[in-house]
Amino acid sequence: MKYIIKKFFSMIITLVVVSFCVFLAFNVIPGDPALRKLGTEASPELIAQVRHEMGLDDPLIVRYFNWFTSFIHGDMGTSYNYNVPVAGMVLNKVPITLTMAIMSFVLTILVSIPLGIFTAKYENGFIDKAITMINQIIMAIPPFFSGIIITFIFGMIFKLFTPGGFVSYTEDFGGFLRYLIFPSVAIALPKIAMTVKMLRGSLIDEAAKDYTRTAFSRGNNTNGVLYRHVLKNAMIPVITFLGMLLADMVAGSIVIEQVFSIPGISRILLSSISNRDYPVVEAIIMGVAAIVIIINLLVDIIYRIIDPRIEITD
Amino acid sequence: MKAFLKKLKKNPYMIAGLIITGLIVLMVIVGLFWMPYEPTKMNASEKLQGISVKHIMGTDNMGRDVFSRVMYGSRITLLIALGTVTIGVVLGTIIGALTGYFGGILDEVVMRIIDAMFAFPSILLALVIVSVFGTGWAQLLMSLGIAFIPSYARIVRGEVLRCKGMDYVESARLQGVSQFRMIFVHILPNIKGVLASSILIGFNNAVLAEAGLSYLGVGSQPPYASLGKMLSDAQQYMFTVPSYCLCPGIVIVLIVLGFSFLGEGIRRWK
Repeated sequence: MKYIIKKFFSMIITLVVVSFCVFLAFNVIPGDPALRKLGTEASPELIAQVRHEMGLDDPLIVRYFNWFTSFIHGDMGTSYNYNVPVAGMVLNKVPITLTMAIMSFVLTILVSIPLGIFTAKYENGFIDKAITMINQIIMAIPPFFSGIIITFIFGMIFKLFTPGGFVSYTEDFGGFLRYLIFPSVAIALPKIAMTVKMLRGSLIDEAAKDYTRTAFSRGNNTNGVLYRHVLKNAMIPVITFLGMLLADMVAGSIVIEQVFSIPGISRILLSSISNRDYPVVEAIIMGVAAIVIIINLLVDIIYRIIDPRIEITD
Repeated sequence: MKAFLKKLKKNPYMIAGLIITGLIVLMVIVGLFWMPYEPTKMNASEKLQGISVKHIMGTDNMGRDVFSRVMYGSRITLLIALGTVTIGVVLGTIIGALTGYFGGILDEVVMRIIDAMFAFPSILLALVIVSVFGTGWAQLLMSLGIAFIPSYARIVRGEVLRCKGMDYVESARLQGVSQFRMIFVHILPNIKGVLASSILIGFNNAVLAEAGLSYLGVGSQPPYASLGKMLSDAQQYMFTVPSYCLCPGIVIVLIVLGFSFLGEGIRRWK
């Protein structure tokens, strides 16, 4: 419990540091938001009034505090370009990104764990060597390139999905999931290769330890030792790694959404960057960062539950 | 030399890594002096051609020679990767060595910041920097370099902490070595092995990150070529002219593969 509380506080500190840096970055940009809103024709009095209304004449730290508290309450500011609340523009896109990240995560676990166990079990056999080799190659393919190839093969040749034919989850949930399978595969591919490599190495390391010999000498067969003893210990570093992957997948979906022309947060983010619509950029960056940080906290807690030996280090 | 060749023979990863990386570097070096065509020169009568003797990787939707653009783009990619890893390693080593060696409140504060940076995905950092400072390769280099500092700082800090308690450090201290000399002359050379393998991994990640960000259009700006941007332009012609899309993509894969084979080869070098 003490551990969880300590981790929770360190997460809060991380969130504050990250949010302050993001806030600072978008507030040192030259250009006056009030002037932007009113146009260059506006009278100085009007600008001063609007500046006051927008809270722009407060000190930086007060503005940060106001921004942060309203952000937590779900008010993410107003878009410069569309003049609508950012929350309304962004929040309904979050399920798309999260669904995609979770699908690729599940896919990674389902494929990589059996494959990792298999390659470790038949270490240095022909199939193990072949998989290790293929793994190296898959790790070198950037997800957006495999995404393009997947679109080509499964979308254009086999016609399993219509490239660009994304359906929203509000219209047809089944169709939404079906469309997202392909981008999820593109995100998952290199992660699967990494996890297999990691699990294989971890299993082989554990299998060389003394307790494995003890377990064998007590009359267990290979499968008994593997599943009852070795696997449990070998999974510990892999779980930390998987946690990092989930966070990575949330961020990585920004690129993949673009490949499969999915109208998720990535499209708004990129168009807002080129239109200099800072409140939107700020909100999305902060939102994604918060999701990633919270995932990290959950992983730490799960890790602790699985392996109570973990002490608070640093 | 003979012993080297004998070792090399038993190490297929090293051979493959040296060949692939060698070819890519050769292509970039040749590209400094000679390219088949001007990479930005458009030619409306030769657009979207497939592979031919005249254009060995075909042409793009503006009639530019894909091979010349790949040569130029690989140069940018390698330079950005080199710059990114250099910034990350130099600053990361300094931060990691100082915090690890001195510890205390400075260590505590800097490590919290490093943790926060670690939790912040590098793609987001790059997008923040790009939206504040505008798009371009310099901004890309800066953001990737900053994003790479935390991992090296952590590695070096951990190693310095490990070395700090060792006998040779103690004996150097008894000889009255200054703290600066202790860190940079006595301790750092002992951790170069750990650093070397993480540098190769860093190269890989830098190439992939650069390609991904330039795919999003935040890297070097048109008309200058970058491998990622070429892929995003080529995507819609995948069905009509597959070579336009496949060639830059395969070159990215080869660059990364070359480095990862080299890393694997070094790991297996006995």
